[in-house]
Amino acid sequence: MKYGAPFLAVIALVLIAWLGSLIPGMQYVFGVVFPYLAMAMFLYGFIRQVVYWGKSPVPFSIQTTCGQAKSLDFIKHNKLEAPDTNSQVVARMLLEVLTFRSLFRNTQARIYSGPKLTHESSKWLWMFALLFHYSFLVVLIRHMRLFLNPYPVCLDWLEFLDGIFQIGAPNWYITDICLVTGLVLLLLRRFCQTKVRYISLANDYFPLFLLLGIAITGILMRYCLRGNVDVVAIKQLAVGLATFQPTITADIASIFYIHLFLVCALLVYFPYSKLMHMGGVFFSPTRNMRNNTRAARHINPWNPDIKPHSYAGYEDEFREFMVDAGIPVEKELPAKQA
Amino acid sequence: MYNKGLIVPGLVVFVIIATFPFWYNGLSAGPVPKPELPPGGEKQCVAPAEVMRSEHMSMLNEWRDEVLRDGHRVAVVADGKEYRKGLQTACMSCHTNKEKFCDSCHNYTAVQPYCWDCHLTPANIVAKKEKP
Repeated sequence: MKYGAPFLAVIALVLIAWLGSLIPGMQYVFGVVFPYLAMAMFLYGFIRQVVYWGKSPVPFSIQTTCGQAKSLDFIKHNKLEAPDTNSQVVARMLLEVLTFRSLFRNTQARIYSGPKLTHESSKWLWMFALLFHYSFLVVLIRHMRLFLNPYPVCLDWLEFLDGIFQIGAPNWYITDICLVTGLVLLLLRRFCQTKVRYISLANDYFPLFLLLGIAITGILMRYCLRGNVDVVAIKQLAVGLATFQPTITADIASIFYIHLFLVCALLVYFPYSKLMHMGGVFFSPTRNMRNNTRAARHINPWNPDIKPHSYAGYEDEFREFMVDAGIPVEKELPAKQA
Repeated sequence: MYNKGLIVPGLVVFVIIATFPFWYNGLSAGPVPKPELPPGGEKQCVAPAEVMRSEHMSMLNEWRDEVLRDGHRVAVVADGKEYRKGLQTACMSCHTNKEKFCDSCHNYTAVQPYCWDCHLTPANIVAKKEKP
């Protein structure tokens, strides 16, 4: 159920787009209406989620300390692992966002005969994640060739490097293969590692299946099911979408609408799911706070404003009642004037 | 909202990147390619125009493999007319102008086929012959 339902959901999305795009007139809905709707929902959802996070106070200074914090001069400060200034935090965040250092630190507990328990470094997740994320980024940038007219020359260089093996025509891209490989490895990790499988939920599997669906339909469209995949007509539609004058000039194959519909589904799903780690990584208090609790006090922003109230002040306020009740006071009431 | 000074600019940058194609094009879709029809007036090709439009690259790739790797230089017959397999021998004999035919769509869709690493365009051939 945990992986069956998400898999069937993706298959259902494929069928909806496939059958839907065959109905005359529905091409406009799948090619124009859904993409605009999806983009609007993506932007709205993303901003809403980020603002929601921005409104959430951080009550404690909870950075993860992975090295020596700044202390006395003769103790060596680990600037990346326990940042003390904002620029050190930026450096730490950059490495986190660009190279996934948290995943690099991953360890795995194993029991060997003896019995002997070890906590060994396990880099697989980090490698698969790097493979997937960077391939996806390059694929995304490459797709700009369909949205920009005239396109910037740097896309030519990217195309050249990505297709440098010059296998077949159209050229096989390195990132196409790496993207699918990365996704399959991330999926196999959830299936094969019993502990990860135990904690995996439907919303862990769904994005993987959806992204696999997008990658596979894209690859099929480019290399296998070429029939009625007229790239000029597709670019006219894409540029039309980007300039608010969309036109569908040709009869484009269903595989294109399936691909596009799955991308729309991804855009809509993105802000309401774990995929928001794209924005969320910048909001991780364990990463983005200074490790300076010895130098500066972190004030909980939701603390009520309570003024200090000394005993002397307390007595000043209630002296009369205290004297009335017979409680001893440090300072007597002023003598009553006769 | 806390840390407004960081979050708002960050969001603005994100939205600008996410909507890059919208403002890059400046609401102008630009010219649509119009590949030149054969100057000689030929109306017939090895396959219908829609098939050629979407599948010519696969066909050329197959021809390349068949001719160069397997040695099958058998001519392709379409509607009673024979075509010798090859970019220069078949395609370019009618579509004589690479710049006005091939490049018009390839430049539009950012495709750089490596045909011309080895092949010569008719213009190239003329230029070579003129050289002493």
